[in-house]
Amino acid sequence: MGLLDAGIKNHNVLVTSVDNVLNWARLSSLWPMGFGLACCAIEMMATNASNYDLERFGIFPRSSPRQSDLMIVAGTVTMKMAERVIRLYEQMPEPRYVLSMGSCSNCGGPYWEHGYHVLKGVDRIIPVDVYVPGCPPRPESLIGGLMKVQELIRMEQIGISRADALKKLAEKSVDPQFVIERERKAVEA
Amino acid sequence: MEEGKVFSQSVEQSAAAYAIIHEKFGSAVSAFDANETMPFFEVLDVSLWRDIALFMRDHAKLRFNYMACMTGMDYQAEEKLGIVCNLESLSLFNHRLAVKVKCARDGGFIPSVACVWHTANWHEREAYDMFGMLFTGHPDFRRILCPDDWEGFPLRKDYKVQESYHGIKVPY
Repeated sequence: MGLLDAGIKNHNVLVTSVDNVLNWARLSSLWPMGFGLACCAIEMMATNASNYDLERFGIFPRSSPRQSDLMIVAGTVTMKMAERVIRLYEQMPEPRYVLSMGSCSNCGGPYWEHGYHVLKGVDRIIPVDVYVPGCPPRPESLIGGLMKVQELIRMEQIGISRADALKKLAEKSVDPQFVIERERKAVEA
Repeated sequence: MEEGKVFSQSVEQSAAAYAIIHEKFGSAVSAFDANETMPFFEVLDVSLWRDIALFMRDHAKLRFNYMACMTGMDYQAEEKLGIVCNLESLSLFNHRLAVKVKCARDGGFIPSVACVWHTANWHEREAYDMFGMLFTGHPDFRRILCPDDWEGFPLRKDYKVQESYHGIKVPY
């Protein structure tokens, strides 16, 4: 769980590794680029707004790719837009993360067969870290995806590649159901 | 217009409007089709389309001041492309008419009516973008939705999706 959950006792001294502190700082201020492409963007905006309040995760949309850590591809990527998406991705400073939101950007969605102008999956042009299924996904799913990105950042270490971090995430990922059950039982007891 | 048929009131009004157009242009326009949903006629002499449009807009008893929609069409069996214009007279008369204009499938020309109804400006660009007919006398004639270097016209019935666009694979 998070660093602060450990509780700070013993005269405010906390012993941890540099990796842990760096990752905690990065995952607690994950700034996405503020751009939406279709109806998924409406759900993304709803997630940013007060009901779901992404700011409690430190997630706050930036209006420039140069200030962003995360690209949420929210919606149908057309062929015309694909080149712009590549350019925006290249303008983002590393380390950068990509979250593909909704069926359209995952695989073309409803346009997979007759969409002459639709890119069949944004992973054809930029590397995607987390896919969120849904058409469009509810804010809860998006938050789930964003927490997966945070978990990926938590797996990173100085000197290991993104591919290794993703492998580590697949092996060591936390099953949220297990955590929920455990917390519930703790409350009941 | 067939004699002895009973039309609804709205079609009757459209038929009266057609009669004025037919009186002026004679054989340049086809017979009136009393379609209940949208009564229409076809422009047979395509070169007169802009004159007919101006006449429909400015005649004191017609005043078609509003182009509600303009759609492109692909008549593959007839080897033709065409447009369908839905015209109305907002706040003046209750008549409404659809006008069909056709041209050859390869390199066909239709006179632009962007100077008559400004709505037609973007609609003609879209019809060109999707079907590939050319509009003569259009003030800013180019594609509107697809990229400028797009190959083919996507809504033609024989359109084949291109294999790749700028090195990106298009089919699923």
